[in-house]
Amino acid sequence: MSQAATTTQRRVSWFEATARQRLAALLDPGSFTEFLGPAAREISPHLALFGLPAQFDDGIVIGQAKLGGHEVFAAAQEGRFMGGAFGEVHGAKLVGLLRAAKAASRDAVLLLDTGGVRLQEANAGELAISEIIRAIVDLRAEGNSVIGLIGGRAGCFGGGGIIAGCCTRLIVSEPGRISVSGPEVIETNRGVEEFDSQDRAFVWRTMGGKHRYLTGGADCFVDDDTTAFRAAAIETLAGRTPLTVSVLEAEQARLKARLKRFGAAKDGSEVWQALGVTNPASVPGMDTEEFLNATKAVRESADDAR
Amino acid sequence: MTHDKLLSKLFPAGHNVIVQDGLVFGGGTLGGSQPVHVIGVAERSFLGVEGAIALAEHVLSAVKGTARHPILVLVDSRSQRMSRHDELMGLNEFLAHLAKCLLLAAAQGHRTVALLYGGSAAGAFIATALACDTLLALPGANPEVMDLPSIARVTKLPLEKLQEMAAATPVFAPGLENFAQTGAVAQTLDPAGDLAAQVLEALSLPPTLDERDRLGAERGGRPRAAEIAARVCREAKTA
Repeated sequence: MSQAATTTQRRVSWFEATARQRLAALLDPGSFTEFLGPAAREISPHLALFGLPAQFDDGIVIGQAKLGGHEVFAAAQEGRFMGGAFGEVHGAKLVGLLRAAKAASRDAVLLLDTGGVRLQEANAGELAISEIIRAIVDLRAEGNSVIGLIGGRAGCFGGGGIIAGCCTRLIVSEPGRISVSGPEVIETNRGVEEFDSQDRAFVWRTMGGKHRYLTGGADCFVDDDTTAFRAAAIETLAGRTPLTVSVLEAEQARLKARLKRFGAAKDGSEVWQALGVTNPASVPGMDTEEFLNATKAVRESADDAR
Repeated sequence: MTHDKLLSKLFPAGHNVIVQDGLVFGGGTLGGSQPVHVIGVAERSFLGVEGAIALAEHVLSAVKGTARHPILVLVDSRSQRMSRHDELMGLNEFLAHLAKCLLLAAAQGHRTVALLYGGSAAGAFIATALACDTLLALPGANPEVMDLPSIARVTKLPLEKLQEMAAATPVFAPGLENFAQTGAVAQTLDPAGDLAAQVLEALSLPPTLDERDRLGAERGGRPRAAEIAARVCREAKTA
């Protein structure tokens, strides 16, 4: 552990890190206490039916910790196990954590990395997502914050995307993708002319971290670096936006304005053009600093209307 | 059941609910005694960004009023609309917004009751029916996450095998009975009886905390969820 302190500023990719590595890098050193950890062996009761291996934490790590000295509850999905998808146990752990956060009046940080519902236990997963959304709204209505961090391998798809939309604030990196229907799902249902899931650049222009940040779908854009996520999370936790009717009225106006302003666009680059980004074609190639400098004056901010 | 027939059963004395482009808006006096706001999705429509924001607007205007009338959400939809346009616009935010509006309306004292009288799936289901305090259904309703042939494609299992498994476990297979067992559906109504009276009865019960996991354990469709969530809460308390 002391190694971390002596290592020079080596960049650790959030995208490449495991759920446990992300938590270790994000939270104050040594402050994390896990709830229902692998020793409890609470595995999925359903995967065996499909002949699939289970994991002792069911692909999600939850617990309490400090973040910049601030007491928080934290959850991290493991995108390498079943694509970070929500099953019965996986989902219930997060439901429990959010309910506990409300009882203890703590903020929550969610390290989302998920393909959505785990199809082998689809109904339980779908319902867990609904329970998570309700628990987030309950927690936020009490005045606590729920911060979402998105930049993992599995992205944030399906019901995971809807959960993201319920968070107080979102921190994303370039590889972070947020959407409801995944690229393959749209292509399968609507054809390759509607959505070419193999065209990676197009996928990122439609649902990638930069596009979400530019349109107000995310609040902070950071490097694919655990240190950058930590700094942004500490800064974000300092704010306070209880969920009220006026927040939702402001969100209503914000989303309506987005449809009016950009609804005719066929591609992310057309949205960026309409925003007033000087050279939209160069956006995907920009590093974080260039990108933030080139867009800060024109991007749509969510302005806490989320 | 068609929405016309459903509406005439719920509001025998008439109503001002309109169905336009697959969306339902308006209000009426349920069973001639209880004024309610009505929103919903009809005609097996997909729910996209424009639909979600229009429904949310109606919920917010109900919340702005002084009366705390219940909000009745009638659902016969398909999934979220799957398209480039919807995802480019940020469909996740629009569906989340609708769900938040319904949940906050409940927190403001509106009873929120959904009646699933047809299909619903995935993101559309989460943002409408599942975002209400109470979910009622009519026999023949068909909620699903994904249809079995698509599940077969994704899981790479033969459809026949999946159909066989679906008969034994409610946890992944589409259908009202399976969702009821997992605790999603509070009650299935009797279409031969007085529908308005049955919805009124559900409305007369006080709203509760989210008890769907406990219900799923009782009914056997979600054996672990309630216990896991409760255990996490206990560990958090003593940590």
